[in-house]
Amino acid sequence: MEFNATLLGQAITFAILVWFTMKFVWPPLTNMMDERAKRIADGLAAAERGKQDLEAAEKRVADELRKAREQSTEIVLSAEKRANQIVEEAKETARAEGARLVADAKSEIEQEVLRAKEALRQQVSALAVAGAEKILRREIDSAKHADLLASIKAEL
Amino acid sequence: MASNATEYIQHHLTFWQSSPGGGFWSLNIDTFSVSLVLGFIFAGVFAKVARSASLENPGRLQLFIETVVEMVDTQVRDVFHGKSKVIAPLALTIFCWIFLMNFMDLLPVDLIPMIAQWVGYTFFGADPAHVYFRVVPSADVNATFAMSLSVLICIIGFSIGAKGVGGWGKELLTAPFHATNPILAAILAPINFAFQLVELGAKGISLSLRLFGNMYAGELIFILIALLPWGAQWLLGAPWAIFHILVITLQAFVFMMLTIVYLSLAVEAH
Repeated sequence: MEFNATLLGQAITFAILVWFTMKFVWPPLTNMMDERAKRIADGLAAAERGKQDLEAAEKRVADELRKAREQSTEIVLSAEKRANQIVEEAKETARAEGARLVADAKSEIEQEVLRAKEALRQQVSALAVAGAEKILRREIDSAKHADLLASIKAEL
Repeated sequence: MASNATEYIQHHLTFWQSSPGGGFWSLNIDTFSVSLVLGFIFAGVFAKVARSASLENPGRLQLFIETVVEMVDTQVRDVFHGKSKVIAPLALTIFCWIFLMNFMDLLPVDLIPMIAQWVGYTFFGADPAHVYFRVVPSADVNATFAMSLSVLICIIGFSIGAKGVGGWGKELLTAPFHATNPILAAILAPINFAFQLVELGAKGISLSLRLFGNMYAGELIFILIALLPWGAQWLLGAPWAIFHILVITLQAFVFMMLTIVYLSLAVEAH
């Protein structure tokens, strides 16, 4: 163990190494590492934000879906109601139409009957008059007994 | 080999000196060159990674270096509360350089000395018995003292930078013993000054001798294990080497931590 010039040489080498590290090694490395740490932190924050956004969007989607479902049920219900109404109305119209048709037919038939009766009455009275004329040709003057004939005709 | 074990050990513990006679102005070429090469490796690798550091997809080497840098940065942030651009790079350099120097201990104990002997004998015609190469720079007290003295200069520099020459000088004379009475303070001043000098010296000596002692002892044990019969060496060599992985890392870490602690003490008022 003896001291010699190695001591000085080593000290100088050491000083140069420290200077070199201070100048060329330490700053770029630490700057880069700080930068990376910052980037990682930013990335994590962005991921967290994205997650929150996603959650909100999912909630909104669920809301919209629920609303749409409610709306569609409502629409179906009202459509069914409207359909029933239409059917009812159609039935009602048909019934009224039928009734009207029946009534028309009935009145027509009555009129026919009346007309036939009238015609029958005319013919019967004409026949009766003709028969009576034939029977009474000789003894009864038709002009003389016109009022009698008229009363008979009325009774028919 | 057992017959000249002493010679073997001594050969392993002799430095390759620039002037064979020794003396202060001779240089331990082995210590100096190995630590210089390791320093270049550290600075080169780190600077290359730092220059091409990728934010998006770091490679394995970059991640490893980032881990080391982050570890050092965390320690500095935890301990040192002042503001300094020097201390973190200083700590990183200390940690990496000492680790690499310590790591030389894990190379086979004869490998590089033998290569040196072969090169010396083949190319320079040197006597192999007089080619010395100690491969662990941190087992050279010159290397460890060089670092601890540099740290000591940093401590003094930080103290003066934080408190001013007057403030630091005052602290040297008034701490740890305070006195409000001026006469008592004058009596205590030399005592305080002696205490402070001892404290400063102890910091430097403890830093360097701890590292030196650990590495020297580790190297010596590797040399002793190398004296065993070759078939039995692994029995002790492997456990010691595995344990030594912990030791070399721990010593580098301790040197770095203590440097940070001493520097933070230097900028804080007593």
